[in-house]
Amino acid sequence: MSETIFGAEAAEVIELSPLAPGTLGFGEIWRYRELLFFLIWRDIRVKYKQTALGVLWAILQPTALMAVFSLFLGRYAHVPSPGAPYPVMVLAGLLPWQLFAQALADSSNSVVASERLITKVYFPRMIVPAAAVGAAVPDFCIGFVVLLVMMRYFGMPFTIQILAAPLFVGLALLAAFGVGLWLSALNVQYRDVRHAIGFLTQAWMFVTPIVYPVSVIPHQWRHFYALNPMVGVIEGFRRSMLGGPLPEKFIIVSVLATFMILLGGLYYFRRMEHTFADVI
Amino acid sequence: MSSNVVIDCSGLGKRYRIGERERYRTLRDTIARATTRLLRRGEPHSEPPTVWALKDVSFQMRQGEVLGIIGRNGAGKSTLLKILSRITRPTSGRALIRGRVGSLLEVGTGFHSELTGRENIFLNGAILGMRRSEIVRRFDEIVAFAEIDEFLDTPVKRYSSGMYMRLAFAVAAHLDPEILIVDEVLAVGDAVFQKKCLGKMDEASQHGRTVLFVSHNMMAVESLCKSAIWLDHGSIHEAGPARDIVHKYLRSAQSPQVQKTWDPDDTAPGDMNVRLRRVAVRRADEGTDLITVRTPLAVEVHYAVLRPGQDLAVNLFAYNEEGVLIFSSDVRVGRLHPGKYCSTCHIPGDLLNAGTVSISVSITRDDAFALVEVQEAVAVDVEDSTHGRGTWYDRWPGVVRPILNWETEADRHGTSAVAAR
Repeated sequence: MSETIFGAEAAEVIELSPLAPGTLGFGEIWRYRELLFFLIWRDIRVKYKQTALGVLWAILQPTALMAVFSLFLGRYAHVPSPGAPYPVMVLAGLLPWQLFAQALADSSNSVVASERLITKVYFPRMIVPAAAVGAAVPDFCIGFVVLLVMMRYFGMPFTIQILAAPLFVGLALLAAFGVGLWLSALNVQYRDVRHAIGFLTQAWMFVTPIVYPVSVIPHQWRHFYALNPMVGVIEGFRRSMLGGPLPEKFIIVSVLATFMILLGGLYYFRRMEHTFADVI
Repeated sequence: MSSNVVIDCSGLGKRYRIGERERYRTLRDTIARATTRLLRRGEPHSEPPTVWALKDVSFQMRQGEVLGIIGRNGAGKSTLLKILSRITRPTSGRALIRGRVGSLLEVGTGFHSELTGRENIFLNGAILGMRRSEIVRRFDEIVAFAEIDEFLDTPVKRYSSGMYMRLAFAVAAHLDPEILIVDEVLAVGDAVFQKKCLGKMDEASQHGRTVLFVSHNMMAVESLCKSAIWLDHGSIHEAGPARDIVHKYLRSAQSPQVQKTWDPDDTAPGDMNVRLRRVAVRRADEGTDLITVRTPLAVEVHYAVLRPGQDLAVNLFAYNEEGVLIFSSDVRVGRLHPGKYCSTCHIPGDLLNAGTVSISVSITRDDAFALVEVQEAVAVDVEDSTHGRGTWYDRWPGVVRPILNWETEADRHGTSAVAAR
């Protein structure tokens, strides 16, 4: 019986009152980690059910975009790609970007989409956007294999630096979670968020060095540019994969920006979550 | 709190902004509101209207107690359960809860229709707060309880609604908390399954679990709970032994309009041929207590015939709460002289099912032409009765609830053995 998560500490007394708890509640999230796992697992299971192409979508989306960008931007518009063939450069940017964009969109909608759960069962609400972020990872992994195949095809060397790539993937997930916390909580109050997400990710994509290299940005603007956390993520990931020195300054600025967004998101979400069931 | 008190509520209240529950805001509304506030600075701004869904509710529950909460729709029952389940926060007061809480406000929360029965057991179990290891350990029990073995690997979207509900309840029934909070989940499955569910709840309380149970089903409250709280307009109206409270509650039932009189006559429905004067339902026996499914009723239709020589008929239609026509009946009264008349229709006992029965009347001429028609002229609350129910606690299925004659005898010609009565 002590196995249920309602508390191995059977004599624990919960107080319910109008006041907000002072903590971020990580202890409780930890106790509910299995639910987090199950929600991620559910989202992954359901994602490609009743689709004809199934998991192929995870390959098709980045490669099709890569082909389009390579033809129109790489070949016709002559966008530079220093240090790597344009298709590889674009794919190495697209993969972490799509991971971020998918995680962001899904987590922002997640709380509203889980209305039934939230009005009928108690659990730490933060698990919902966290699960949506986690569920975006498998698609990325499949795309990553495609990237490795592409690098092989273009005869690019695999260096030890590849080991740094997961760090940037983690940073992309944290950034998506941070923004997702803000937007999912706002979405409960203001359904405008739903309409803003597509527009936001599209605009965000163009202020991120995905289809173009960072070298096109004027020097004096680059640190300001790196306040966009995805600049550090994309540049860091791309250099880890394709070689070249890691842009430490970008990375530091982006990491700081990510943590600012994340801390703000945690605070805002925590402050709003007790109203979810009443407002949603 | 003393050692065996597990739930201690004092002064619990929940205030909702009117409309808050129904609609989320849009950014535009907020901006518009902020703008008006800016423009009208200095003027006292009006607070949005609020309503207390729950107000100053205090009670204690000891370990192993089974408490029923009754009251009309909107009395605050669900709000109370939501606060105790930590889904929403009280606006005032506080509650202390000692022990693990498992709440079951809805059956099948979090079920995903694309996933199989097996997958949903794990998902739903996790949502209700069970650990994976615990679900694995009780998996076979859950499957057996739900009686769905052969459909375990079928997506639940292909399940019949009965199977779906059985599976959902089975998972919930194997939740093993110290405090169980249950909202109206007995209306599930067939009689046999329902009995199993009630047994499970009874078992829980016998194992020292504390159970808080909301229901509209007075039979179930009376038989499962020792004590009960009657909520009315968000506050505790009365608390005490379940049997007393249930009886007082039933007696209080504000009866719907059992009679309607039109006065003066010329505003009454009708025309220059015929006018209704009064429609009334009354009990047709000597009793004075509640009208139950056993009580014979009489419906009186008083009307005035204003013109001679019309071939008239009085018609009566009885509808249940779902708007289903239970029956219709008519009487040919023929060509009456001008004057006042009353036609009474007798509805025998053991015909209507429990619920609110509303009655529409009409008077027609020449079997076709409606002279007067009044929808839902009167209505009567028919209460349930234990008669002929066996151990079935829920609403008796069916539009009507007749007591029919059965005979059982040994079937000498048949090949299968039939038990004699």
